[in-house]
Amino acid sequence: MSDAPWFVDFSDVWLAYNDELMKASHFAVEAIDLKVRQGEFIAIVGPSGCGKSTFMKLTTGLKMPSKGKILIDNQPVTGPLKISGMAFQAPSLLPWRTTVDNVLLPLEIVEPYRSNFKAKRKEYVERAQHLLEKVGLGGMGDKFPWQLSGGMQQRASICRALIHEPKMLLLDEPFGALDAFTREELWCILRDLWTEQQFNVILVTHDLRESVFLADTVYVMSKSPGRFVVKREIDLPRPRDLEITYTKEFTDIVHELRGHIGAIRQTKAVTAA
Amino acid sequence: MNKKQVEMWSPWILLVAVIALWQIICSVFNISEFIFPSPWRIWTQFWEFKLIIAGHAWRTFWVTMAGFGIAIVVGVLLGFVIGSSRLAYAAVYPLMTAFNALPKAAFVPILVVWFGIGVGPAILTAFLISFFPIMVNIATGLATLEPELEDVLRVLGAKRWDVLVKVGLPRSMPYFYGSLKVAITLAFVGTTVSEMTAANEGIGYLLISAGSSMQMGLAFAGLVVVGAMAMVMYELFSAIENHTTAWAHRGSQNT
Repeated sequence: MSDAPWFVDFSDVWLAYNDELMKASHFAVEAIDLKVRQGEFIAIVGPSGCGKSTFMKLTTGLKMPSKGKILIDNQPVTGPLKISGMAFQAPSLLPWRTTVDNVLLPLEIVEPYRSNFKAKRKEYVERAQHLLEKVGLGGMGDKFPWQLSGGMQQRASICRALIHEPKMLLLDEPFGALDAFTREELWCILRDLWTEQQFNVILVTHDLRESVFLADTVYVMSKSPGRFVVKREIDLPRPRDLEITYTKEFTDIVHELRGHIGAIRQTKAVTAA
Repeated sequence: MNKKQVEMWSPWILLVAVIALWQIICSVFNISEFIFPSPWRIWTQFWEFKLIIAGHAWRTFWVTMAGFGIAIVVGVLLGFVIGSSRLAYAAVYPLMTAFNALPKAAFVPILVVWFGIGVGPAILTAFLISFFPIMVNIATGLATLEPELEDVLRVLGAKRWDVLVKVGLPRSMPYFYGSLKVAITLAFVGTTVSEMTAANEGIGYLLISAGSSMQMGLAFAGLVVVGAMAMVMYELFSAIENHTTAWAHRGSQNT
């Protein structure tokens, strides 16, 4: 793993949302230096509004940096990156499509699938159904999203992000709206998908336990300025089981991260006063 | 009869009750039929002039449907344009709102100058009064797109057009069908108002001529016929709505 090539490479990246904010030196994210290896699972934690979502937009090429350089897979980012799949806190499935058709949506848009979608539809439906089975939605493909529970919808949303076999999966608080038990179940599903397919994952979350359980490396972000302030490698052995979350090693790391976030909040409070 | 059946029949029961009360009041107080005709009088007049009424009703019906058809085409196109472009929305919406505030009956004399007495003013009045809700609803459906979903698609290289066709238009369909129900009833209003001053045929014309010859029963019969036509078309579009966009009314399926 440690000798894998760099996959994501940010060097001194700054972003201001418009020229006015730029002139006022008001940046959404500042001085981001980040190197992620091929197949690495990273998690980004931090208080809300710290620029985590901005970071995701930069990584997927939906936003261009104001300063600095971003390389993904050794290519400079020039526009939306089709090798990425995204899922958010809201599953945002389309209610008029069945679950399978929702999962297939990206294939109707992204090349090379788009041009042969009609001809190969059957094959793609099979692929979607296979993926749904893996996340525990076998046989639910013909149901409409509103017939599924919140957890099931989120699984389908993750399938939609993975159907075009992206090299990079970006998750923005994907389990934030779920109850604790469903959330832990989905951690394991994500862990298994990642172990099997070895894509890169960038997980944005508020949940420290989630980040430590899933990620190879956890980054802590501070709020205004939106910077990466701590990098913590998680050296817990893999494969990790849910049991590990009750061990001392695990809770120590969570505590340590909690300390960093507490420190950020405190300095903020002091400067505010 | 259980609760659900009562609910289903309640509009009819209410209608019968109102008619009965109306009849009783007219009979007991011996109200002159030139002032306020009784339901029975309206019915006999209706039956007596049924062929004449049918002719006028048919005219009003097809004129309304023609105006309504134009309203659908124009409303959908305009709604599509202003819903898919922020600039167009900013430019067009205030003007459209101002236009919608104008009383459409005021256009009738102008339309008469342009098109003469006949179908022209009636069709255009029906169109003018009914395209607005269609336009607004299509635009709203298109404009209310979750930003997350847009990101999911844009990152895959989706163009604006892809997003509009795959997400925007299907999403606006329930709004569209909802607006048709409102628009069709407005279209009948437009046609009738226009026919009252600018036509020699149609229910509106019948109302004016019956009124001026003191045939109040006939005038009321005309009103009932317009109301019935609008009601039937409303129910028709309501049924179409329920069949085509069931996903938007899922609450009713679960119960």
